[in-house]
Amino acid sequence: MSTQQQEPDTDAETEPEEPESQEVPADQEMSGLASPQQQRLQRKHDGMAEREREAAEDDLEGDSVHIKVFRYDPEVEGKQEPRFDDFHVPFERGMTVLDAVIYARDEFDSSLTFRHSCRQAICGSDAFFVNGRQRLGCKTQISELDQPVRIEPLPHQEVVKDLVVDMDHFYDQMHAVEPYFQDEDTPDSADLEEQRQSPENREKIKMSSRCIWCGACMSSCNIAAGDNEYLGPAAINKAYKFAMDDRESEEIKEHRLRIVEQEHGVWRCQTQFSCTEVCPKDIPLTEHIQELKREAVKKNLKFW
Amino acid sequence: MSQSYNRGLIEDFGRWKEFSAGMWAWIFHKFTGWMLIGYLFTHIAVLSSAIAAADGQTIMLEGEAVNAYTGTIQGLESLFIIRVLEVGLLAVAVFHILNGLRLLMVDLGIGLEAQDKSFYASLILTGVITVASVPTFMQGVGL
Ligand code: HEM
Ligand code: SF4
Ligand code: FES
Repeated sequence: MSTQQQEPDTDAETEPEEPESQEVPADQEMSGLASPQQQRLQRKHDGMAEREREAAEDDLEGDSVHIKVFRYDPEVEGKQEPRFDDFHVPFERGMTVLDAVIYARDEFDSSLTFRHSCRQAICGSDAFFVNGRQRLGCKTQISELDQPVRIEPLPHQEVVKDLVVDMDHFYDQMHAVEPYFQDEDTPDSADLEEQRQSPENREKIKMSSRCIWCGACMSSCNIAAGDNEYLGPAAINKAYKFAMDDRESEEIKEHRLRIVEQEHGVWRCQTQFSCTEVCPKDIPLTEHIQELKREAVKKNLKFW
Repeated sequence: MSQSYNRGLIEDFGRWKEFSAGMWAWIFHKFTGWMLIGYLFTHIAVLSSAIAAADGQTIMLEGEAVNAYTGTIQGLESLFIIRVLEVGLLAVAVFHILNGLRLLMVDLGIGLEAQDKSFYASLILTGVITVASVPTFMQGVGL
């Protein structure tokens, strides 16, 4: 049903044999072009070429970038009233929003505060509200944005200081879905070697496993904004990852479905697609939430 | 943590310029759904003039005494504003139905990648059907 499912016969049978040559097989299915992974890579590749062409066209090289950054600090007299500060940062090819604020902090105002770490869309610390949309600072090219670039902390979360928001509630929701592998009983000692997952099943949960806990989805969701107890897209996606994993037993899956079908769980989702739209890891969040809704209904409606 | 700044309700309502397709679809669906409920009550109110008609009551319409039900309907239909509202009602109903079908597909997990396109399609189709209905609704009404 889900688009993640791979053709069941390809991998399993062809893999053990070493291919004789590196030629791309003519058969589309054999070449793996049909697999979601290949399609994603193809899209990524196309997108990259496109971006490079665009960058070459309107090269901002030598110009400066005008950014407006939200400032607030309850502990400093002059910053208790929220305001925007303007910075003009020299543009460099490939500059991201994160690069720009780092430059502003290092060169202009060392009190400018924001979280960042990996700079490669892995740690999930630098989701900001950039030009009216939740984006990952390190994954957003300045050249793709209209100027002045308005950079604010994530909406619907309390601002601690400048671009830093309080993530506690988001983490609480993530933990509420028990985001760890579990089983009712300790497995028999004879089964303790490896818990294998089929390639198809891996493909099914692959996208859901990419979450970096950045909180962009939760911030974009207007249901989460109105209902503080709503688990939110990221937590539900996390529940999906485990519920759909075949290695967990049926009882645990039911337990997981009971968590997500509670009052502030999947049924709060009104399919506005805001989360799917902003997720920097391209996780089809709405699709996963909808699938869990159907799973929950199936669990409760057993006529046979 | 010492203190923090809550940006309040402005957050929720002040961002409408930045909404994307799915969000607009949701807002329009809510709006049209409740408009239809609203119409249901006026509809019942108008139809209930049939009770009076069944009791033999009449009302005056253009100097003639007519059956209360017929008179109410004809009186309303002769008003330009009512015809405009009828076109509006059709638009609201058509959008609600088309987007309702879109939402059913979304619930079944079909074509989620195209949810924005199906929303635009619903809007355009609603527009076309509404415009096409204008001559019929406006037939024989004096300004
Ligand atoms: C063929 C006709 C119709 C279809 C396919 C349809 C479909 C739907 C669907 C799928 C929803 C759920 C939206 C969601 O998932 O959030 C909905 C909501 C609703 N519908 Fe309809 N509907 C139809 C006719 C009507 C009529 C005739 C009325 C009123 C008399 C109505 C009033 C509403 C209302 C009030 C809501 C709830 C809006 C809210 O979320 O607050 N609908 N409709
Ligand atoms: S689901 Fe996407 S947007 Fe949400 S926290 Fe994970 S990576 Fe961020
Ligand atoms: S800095 Fe790690 S995700 Fe952006």
